[in-house]
Order: sequence, then C-alpha cells, then structure tokens
Amino acid sequence: MDNITIIGIASIITAGLTTGIGTMLPALSEGKAIASALSSLAQQPDASSTITRTLFVGLAMIESTAIYCFVVSMILIFANPFWNFIIAK
Amino acid sequence: MKLSPDDTIFWSNGFININLTIVTTWGLMLVMVIGAWLITRKLQTGIKISRWQTILEMIVLSISSQVKEVGMDKPRRYIPFIGTLFLFIGIANLCIIFPGYEPPTGSLSTTTALAISVFLAVPFFGIEEGGLRGYLKTYLEPTWLMLPFNLIGEFTRTLALAVRLFGNIMSGGMIVAILLSIAPFIFPVLMDVLGLLTGIVQAYIFSVLATVYIAGAVQARKSKQKT
Repeated sequence: MDNITIIGIASIITAGLTTGIGTMLPALSEGKAIASALSSLAQQPDASSTITRTLFVGLAMIESTAIYCFVVSMILIFANPFWNFIIAK
Repeated sequence: MKLSPDDTIFWSNGFININLTIVTTWGLMLVMVIGAWLITRKLQTGIKISRWQTILEMIVLSISSQVKEVGMDKPRRYIPFIGTLFLFIGIANLCIIFPGYEPPTGSLSTTTALAISVFLAVPFFGIEEGGLRGYLKTYLEPTWLMLPFNLIGEFTRTLALAVRLFGNIMSGGMIVAILLSIAPFIFPVLMDVLGLLTGIVQAYIFSVLATVYIAGAVQARKSKQKT
C-alpha cells in the first residue's frame, strides 16, 4: 500500500470512530441532564424559567463536545492536512 | 463537496474575495436595516398600532425579559448588542426555507466574527459598569491562583461559541446535501424542518451565552458591593 491509501484508510476509520464515540457519550450525559431537569421541574414548577434556561445553556455546553467531534471528522474526511501534504508533494 | 459558502467566490482581486458569505451577510443586513427603518418610521402609542410594530415590540420585550432573568437589572443597555446577535443569527438560519440560500452562519469566518464581538463586548460592558480596576479584579476571583484559568477560559469560550454555531449549521446543511443525493423526495424536507428548529435554538443559545458572559463581568462588582 502506498502512503495515500494508508492515509485514506486511517482518516476514514478515525472519522467514523470519532463521530461514533463522540456522539455516544454526550448523548448519555444530555439524557442525564434532561432527566434531572425534568424531575426538578416537576418538584418546583415555579422556577421553570430559570431551570429551562440553565438546561439550555448546559445542553449547549455538552453538545459542543459532540460538535467538536463532528468538525474533527469533517476535517479528516474533507480537509485532511496530511492528505493535502502528500498530494502537494 | 463544499464545506462552507466561503468556497463560492463571485469576484476576486488579489487577496480580496467577494464570496457567498459576504454577499448573503450584507443582503441580510440590508433587509434588517431597511425593515427596522420602515417599521420604526411611524411608531404609534395609541390603542391601534400596526402589526409590524406589535411584532417588533414583542421581540424587544421578550429579549428584555430574557436579559433581566439572567440577573441584569438594566436590560435596555444590553438590548442593542444581544438583540442584534439574536435577530441576525435567527434570520440567517431561518432563511434556509428559500431555495438556493446558504446560511452565512455555516461559515467559520462569520461565526468567528460574531464570537470576537462577544469577546470584545464582555470587557467593554464590564469596564463601563465597574471601572477598569473592578473589571480586572474579576480575573482574580475567587483567588489569585485562578488567574491563568480565567484567562484560558476567556479564550476557549470564545472558540467554543464560534465552533458550536458553525458546526451546528454546517452539519445541518451537509446532512441535507447528503440526503438530497440518496433520498431526494421527502427526507430532506424533514431535515430542513429540524434545521429551522436547531437554527432558532442556536440563535437563542448564542445570545443567552453572550448575556451570561456579560453578566459575569458586570455582576461580580455588584455582588461585592452588597455584602
């Protein structure tokens, strides 16, 4: 196998693994966050606006980790720096 | 496959490129400015007010109440900045219902510009409220040991703001593009509807996070005065 093939295989496998693992764990933690927010909403409906806003901000924070993984896999597939280096050489 | 609307270049001279992002951004800015000018030209105070004025009042009042809920007691001062962020991102993301439109928020340069304006607005409002000494003291909270971490946090949260908005909008557009090539009948429409929802949620999150960061710089001084 030449270098281009190895880089291609490694990029694609790593991209799939990155998105797979990187969305699995944030999904778990988002579920936990939503579950605890729902139970606290049921206990204290008066504080719903504060709880909802904090939930949204927290969800955005958690979700950004998944988004980072997605961006990394997009870079690996479409804008791989090693790939560009080999092609240019 | 195109990653962002930056790659569609209309006119280029030297290192200056007029790409689709710039064109759509200026178009949206023109629409927003002209729309706001047309609506606010004849504001009424009586019982009968025009429809557009009602919509604008609703938007301004809801943003004001959101800012107030974060804990800032003078929301009027922050509405021009935060409201502009929310309206621009919201309109830019909602316009995906027009065919052939690519949201400028799906380009890392636009989101970085928005995040940098938040990065600059935080010390601006903080210094305006608490003075230079009061603002710089917020970096030493709770102890001076936290100074490097506060500084790192300042930069990483700006990066996070930019990458979050970019990733969300870009992934939405990319999923629609992939679905169009494999199942071009109904599924892209459903994903577009989901894209409308995530677009508004991202606009909300971006402006709420900007509000929270500004509130953090503004309020540290105030809570000390109380005790």
